Amino acid sequence: MTNEILFYFFAGLAVLGGVLVVTMRNAVHSAVFLITTLLATAGLYLTLNAEFLFVVQIILYVGGIMVLFVFVIMLVNLDVALHQVQFNRQTWVAGLLSFALLAELLAAVALARSYGEENWLFAAPHVPTVTAEGNTEQIGRLLFQNYVIPFEIASILLLVALVGAVVMGKKRI
Amino acid sequence: MIQEAYFLLSKYIWQIVDGLVIVAIFPLLAGYVVLLERKVMADMQARLGPMRVGPHGLLQPLADAVKLMIKEDIIPESADRAIFWLAPVLSVFAGMLSFAAIPVGPGFLIADMNIGLLFIFAVSSMGIFGIVLGGWASNSHYSLMGALRSSAQLVSYEVAVGMAMVSGLLLAGTLSMKDIVEYQAHSGFWLVFVAPVGFVIYLIGSVAETNRAPFDLPEAESELVAGYMTEYSGFRWALYFLAEYSNMVVVGSVATTLFLGGWLRPFAGTHAMDFLDFAPPLVMLGVTGYCVYRIPKQTGWDQKFIMAIFAGICFVVTVPLAVVLAPGLAAWKAGVHGAFWFIAKVMGYVYVFLWARFTFPRYRFDQLMQVGWHYLIPLSIVNVMGVATAVVLHREAGWNPVVSIGVTLVVTMLAALWLVRAGERREQTALKSAA
Repeated sequence: MTNEILFYFFAGLAVLGGVLVVTMRNAVHSAVFLITTLLATAGLYLTLNAEFLFVVQIILYVGGIMVLFVFVIMLVNLDVALHQVQFNRQTWVAGLLSFALLAELLAAVALARSYGEENWLFAAPHVPTVTAEGNTEQIGRLLFQNYVIPFEIASILLLVALVGAVVMGKKRI
Repeated sequence: MIQEAYFLLSKYIWQIVDGLVIVAIFPLLAGYVVLLERKVMADMQARLGPMRVGPHGLLQPLADAVKLMIKEDIIPESADRAIFWLAPVLSVFAGMLSFAAIPVGPGFLIADMNIGLLFIFAVSSMGIFGIVLGGWASNSHYSLMGALRSSAQLVSYEVAVGMAMVSGLLLAGTLSMKDIVEYQAHSGFWLVFVAPVGFVIYLIGSVAETNRAPFDLPEAESELVAGYMTEYSGFRWALYFLAEYSNMVVVGSVATTLFLGGWLRPFAGTHAMDFLDFAPPLVMLGVTGYCVYRIPKQTGWDQKFIMAIFAGICFVVTVPLAVVLAPGLAAWKAGVHGAFWFIAKVMGYVYVFLWARFTFPRYRFDQLMQVGWHYLIPLSIVNVMGVATAVVLHREAGWNPVVSIGVTLVVTMLAALWLVRAGERREQTALKSAA
């Protein structure tokens, strides 16, 4: 019961924040609602007993990426952006597509419900039980033992992107 | 549903009470840290400091609080009202929320999370938004410059601080604040002696993270008036101040827990040093005695009366510290004395902050960035690798812990030396090319 209340609270907050991100005219207000959405998502992780993901979501997205977002927004001249015509003339197309996506997702959920528990792909989601070994250790073991090669490849990709950005951004190194 | 709510309430009633106590008491404590700061500053500059309100200015924090609350609350006309309102609240929220995971004593903690340290790190990284949004919402150039500086500074130093924490975590092998202290009790060494480089990096980085001098560029008075809080006044300004001081106490608590043995007394495992158990009551008794000694020297009966009240408060603190020394009260002793040692260590750490503030001149912004990116971050990465090597050498290869830590420490120090040399060379070539 408590879990359900918390789920609906965080999920509602995330959806509300997401809607406000795209409807606010002021970029800083959008950023504030994006932070709300990210925090609500972090809360959802917590209801799933994934405390490590909860903290990493806040440290990386809220404390790292969103700070840089706000940093860049503040450097941009907002007064000019406010008076420009917005790209929202295709409201109807966007709305129609959103409803199509919503219908698709609802259908998927309904289908999953009808298949029942035994089919692993459509099994109803359940909260993992808390184990003696924490979430942090489990994720660490998975990342650095089972999936160490993909993990390292992803980090090299990020490093290449960083170096590329510096090379393109700086005329003389 | 009501039953479930009742069940939750009865289960977490002490956590709720603890939280309320912290929210109620902390502003007062922050006020007294401000008084401490002004007194220490006055002492270092051969002045007296606040002396008017109460004996030796002991009631100054209350006077300041009343003044700030009844001051006019100004919101600039072109400010973004909603965000102007939100920003200081966000700052205080982040500062206070961290206290949930801080273990003051063996029994004195709100929540023993198995991700406690990361939780504090995450929450304090949210505090940046209070500064950045406040600076932007003020719609003033000084505020915006302060906010930009602050976000750049905090993002840069967060890396070094995080890496310094990792060097301690590698040794303790847990993220729970309580287990970190218990690891130090079990191993018999405070982590500062095992990972000294990590501690020094954390000390420097935490000064930058809390925007304190010599790294107080976001609010540099000589350049930016007051930085991000230029347009703030009255109670909102007080909230920013409260956030700054609660951040100081939080970084002090993290350093105490991670590196300085948390609630453990010095030489906690050595029975020959058990006489140190008499230190807490004796120290408080000494403070009480000093207060009593100063009573006749105060001018006027009201000042004498207030001094007597402060002597009484000190005595009230002394009594439980002494009573728990009685045999059979070992569990109580661990809690009460633990809180004493913890607070003493945090205050020592805060004192180092004040000391640094009145000793070093402010850095230039490019120097600040250089210290962060060219020295602290590379050194912290080398330090993490060194500590990890030491742990593997000790646990897997069976080396003597002192030898393995000593060897990796020497390598880390050589790397630090090389970094400094490289920095000097870089500066000299820059000077040559400029000339």
